[in-house]
Amino acid sequence: MRFMLAMNYGGVESDCPMMSEWSPEDIGAHIEFQHVLNDELTRSGELLDAQGLSGPEQAKFVVSDGVNAPVVTDGPFPESKELLAGYRIVEVETLERAIEIAAQMSAAPAFEGKPIQQRIEVRQIMGAPEPEV
Amino acid sequence: MTPASTTDGLLASLAPQVLGALVRRFGDFAAAEDAVQEALIAASSTWPDNGVPDEPLAWLTRVARRRLADHYRSSDARQTREELAASWAIEPPEPLGDSDDSLILMFMCCHPSLTATSAIPLTLRAVGGLTTREIAAAFLVPEATMAQRISRAKATVKASAVPFELPTATDRAARLASVLHVLYLMYNEGYATMSGSDLARVDLSNEAIRLTVGVHEALPDEREATGLLALMLLTDARRPARSGPAGELIPLEQQDRSRWNRALIAEGVVLITDCLRQGGLGEYQLQAAIAAVHDQAPTHAATNWAEIAALYRLLERMTANPMVTLNRAVAVAMVEGPRAGLDLLDGIGDRLGDHHRLHAVRAHLLEMAGDRSAAFDEFRLAAANATNRRERDYLNLKIAVLRRG
Repeated sequence: MRFMLAMNYGGVESDCPMMSEWSPEDIGAHIEFQHVLNDELTRSGELLDAQGLSGPEQAKFVVSDGVNAPVVTDGPFPESKELLAGYRIVEVETLERAIEIAAQMSAAPAFEGKPIQQRIEVRQIMGAPEPEV
Repeated sequence: MTPASTTDGLLASLAPQVLGALVRRFGDFAAAEDAVQEALIAASSTWPDNGVPDEPLAWLTRVARRRLADHYRSSDARQTREELAASWAIEPPEPLGDSDDSLILMFMCCHPSLTATSAIPLTLRAVGGLTTREIAAAFLVPEATMAQRISRAKATVKASAVPFELPTATDRAARLASVLHVLYLMYNEGYATMSGSDLARVDLSNEAIRLTVGVHEALPDEREATGLLALMLLTDARRPARSGPAGELIPLEQQDRSRWNRALIAEGVVLITDCLRQGGLGEYQLQAAIAAVHDQAPTHAATNWAEIAALYRLLERMTANPMVTLNRAVAVAMVEGPRAGLDLLDGIGDRLGDHHRLHAVRAHLLEMAGDRSAAFDEFRLAAANATNRRERDYLNLKIAVLRRG
């Protein structure tokens, strides 16, 4: 089963401030945590992809009717908190395992070493139909 | 048992020779390239267990020719089939493998009608002897996507009807420039996708160096090729110090210079010094000269910044690239003070927009000038616009340090 474990810019359920307010040690510990988690998931053969996205300032929204020139809206947007910030894609045996990994991500060390408690969206990636026997 | 890595190295060195022989004989680059690829896969799955055959080059050529024959047998063109049948019957021991083959293949793969996105994988497969799977993994894309990209690139080369021969003297300079550009981007791609956690992945930077060595050996008098090789060696020399244990970016100023690779530096310095002595003045030679000044400096502060600023000035005139101006501003600030560097940045925003490097350089110079609050704002803009995770992490750290005061 493949899952996307996604996080957006909002959804932090602690009183953790923005990363630009953290101490250098807090930032270092956070980066180290992500690195170690990726290593663990690579070694367990579960990690398919891990990506961080560039910020809302760089985002563009595109709408087109296929005839006229597309309408392109530049960021930043008032609803920036809902934008995707990054994700991991994992291949695991069960939903429970995906939730376990999401829980690790959510408890990443943050401001003053406390868990960030970021809300992680766990979404199963749709696959091909099962082969007919 | 032969270790797989030994087999891979041997295959990579033989692949262009086999392909060169086939293309010279049958003239069909696209089909020959497929056949060689299949022969490589056959070799890498049997040699590690059965041992390397006595004449590996002949083995590979024989298998590749058989695959090419199978391909034509299944195709409809009866005439081609008959012509080929006649040619297989002879099977003469043909002269194989001189270094010109690699060079000719490189000229084909780095054809100006191809974008670098297509030319790099094609070069890695045809000249570098890598399998599609290895290339896909190096670029972090699915194997099917990479296979499609390579086959479209070959179709483009085929449609352009490039003959399998060295370009004429008049075309040669422009084509060599394409080859060098592709190798330069291949090296940079290796830097960008570098990750400590996956050691099995082919290192694109090492591949680029290996192929550039080949070009330099085939064309020792082409000074830009020499310059590019020197640039890669001088840049690669700093690789061990360029990132920390978690893959985080360590800027030049903070690198532990004792970790720089002295042997690579010595090699690069000899190459670029000889080049410049002959009066060379190309883009890669200038970049290599700048890298050599950094690599020979005992510390960041004791670097010959005046020389670096002068070299960047030459490079700026030659390329009119605003990114060069950013680097020059840093060097000028080290010589004449941060305000002189900041003055150079005026108006550059019109050409670079909100590029994070512009904000980062401005922030750095403002910090040097003691204007912490303006530096802080610029670092935040830089972090917000960063498109590279490691750079963003670094910028956030700078912000945190400035905040602490």
